[in-house]
Amino acid sequence: MIAAKNSIHIPDFRLSPRVDQVGIEERAARVTKRSIKNEAKMNGLLLALNMIDLTTLEGKDTTGKVKQLCYKAQHLHDAYPGLPTVAAVCVYPSMVKVAKEALGTSGVKVAAVATAFPSGQAPRDVKIRDTKFAVDNGADEIDMVISRGKFLEGEYNFVFDEIAMIKEACGDARLKVILETGELGSYDKVRRASDIAMYAGADFIKTSTGKISPAATLPVTLVMLEAIRDFYYATGKMIAMKPAGGISKSKLALHYLVLLKEVLGEAWMNNEWFRFGASSLANDLLMQIMKMKTGVYQSKDYFSID
Amino acid sequence: MARSTTKKATSSKDPVNIESRLEVLKTYKIYIGGQFPRTESGRYYVPTNAAGKKLANVCLSSRKDFRDAAEVARNAFGGWSSRAAFNRGQILYRMAEMLEGRRAQFIEELVLQDVTRAKAEAEVNLSIDRLIYYAGWCDKYQQILSSVNPVASSHFNFSVPEPTGVVAIIAPQDTSLLGLVSVIAPVIAGGNTCVVLGSYNKPLCPVTFAEVLNSSDLPGGVVNILTGKVSELAPWFADHMDINAVVYCEKDAATQKLLKEKSALNVKRVILYDKVDWTSENGQSPYFINDTQEIKTTWHPIENIGGGGSKY
Repeated sequence: MIAAKNSIHIPDFRLSPRVDQVGIEERAARVTKRSIKNEAKMNGLLLALNMIDLTTLEGKDTTGKVKQLCYKAQHLHDAYPGLPTVAAVCVYPSMVKVAKEALGTSGVKVAAVATAFPSGQAPRDVKIRDTKFAVDNGADEIDMVISRGKFLEGEYNFVFDEIAMIKEACGDARLKVILETGELGSYDKVRRASDIAMYAGADFIKTSTGKISPAATLPVTLVMLEAIRDFYYATGKMIAMKPAGGISKSKLALHYLVLLKEVLGEAWMNNEWFRFGASSLANDLLMQIMKMKTGVYQSKDYFSID
Repeated sequence: MARSTTKKATSSKDPVNIESRLEVLKTYKIYIGGQFPRTESGRYYVPTNAAGKKLANVCLSSRKDFRDAAEVARNAFGGWSSRAAFNRGQILYRMAEMLEGRRAQFIEELVLQDVTRAKAEAEVNLSIDRLIYYAGWCDKYQQILSSVNPVASSHFNFSVPEPTGVVAIIAPQDTSLLGLVSVIAPVIAGGNTCVVLGSYNKPLCPVTFAEVLNSSDLPGGVVNILTGKVSELAPWFADHMDINAVVYCEKDAATQKLLKEKSALNVKRVILYDKVDWTSENGQSPYFINDTQEIKTTWHPIENIGGGGSKY
């Protein structure tokens, strides 16, 4: 197993630290009160834009829709030249080839959700084939879901082995592990699932599929960021974070950046180590950026349709 | 024994003594999206009447309150404009009913704001009648304003009015109620949504009118009412890209110019009612509805299909 190869001591996950619910929620609420001055706000908005995984994960996705999304990823708002692109486009495995061609050499990565997303209720060999299919088609990143059912039954070894096997199937692609925190039920379980995912070889840990409510929240993200910090202290290995789902307003995105900066610091403040899984966030960020630039409140009429 | 003495001592200082009771000034809150929040800025002002009496603690709205109101007005636009015209009429009528029920309160507020009792009664009556007037027009102005146009090709050509969108209204500053009602009613009768800035010096009725709206089946966000300074908010009313028209009722030439210049940014309609006497017959007309409508013309190809020569 990967973790074993790197000779990292794997702890007993039953002993993962317990989370102080009241403390976590209070601290997460406090970051929403920070005063952010204009210059820092502008930098934050541009950074958040550059951290987006522009996402379309619907049964009705067509090649046309994916091509349109890829165009948007590269041309966010041509009325304002010099804007960054988003980090990646996130699609189903069947759309990876289309996205890869559409994005060409733009530097925008292609992420694919695999392993029977969003439920993860499929046999392991199906999940591995799903992953390999996406990688073979050119996916730079794989977003996998953990088996929440097995996790809740206490089958931590099963979950651990599955993540490790998918990691092996990924090859060079970076692996994001979706915990689907909305289905785990408590911060303690979020913390435990984070630890399992990181020790099993995840490159990213990600909150949610976006199909379950609640999706990403500030307290859950704080729990996961603290797990990343502790893992870094224990092993010296940096793990990236991706909150996904329910982040559609600039203000909230800035709150997440404040939280990231205060827990993990400067080294994580780029799209290598932090992403937003979102689709409508991009337009709201663009409208705020244009408001800062022109001094005039903006209208959706002048921005692309999501 | 000792106990009963204490009791007697307290009752001699009766707490329910009208003479010595401290007056509590109501905080007149603003109305955004069907809710009554305080201004986000936390600021307020205390207007006084001619006799120097303090009227109330009133929110001094900021541009962010306006931004929030514009956003909910935009979200409310789709539902309100696509409602059956007849239903919009029913809701305007309901507003009139609720205003009727609060006649006494409005008259008291107007008297407090330096209007004589006789004139105050007349103003409230006229405001109620004006709502009824526009309630009636809701499903009728379309017939008056639309047309079938003769064209020189084989097309059936017709024009129909459609609401322009979100309207930012700076209500007449010299009246508290009648002016406000007279500018809001035609805008919403035509299917638009609006953000309204009430009178700065006479802000009691605008806020109380919001309480009327809130209890009259009007969906939240269709009418949003702010209180505050015209000079502070007018520039934001005019250059917000998501506002489709601005209504201004004062004669102040500098503000008129400012509104026109800033509105050019997204080609807003600038509607000036600086010569209208709201108390007269000329203060109501379907043409006020027309001011916030856009005329959409459709060209439809036709063939001779009817034996009688009918061409469509």
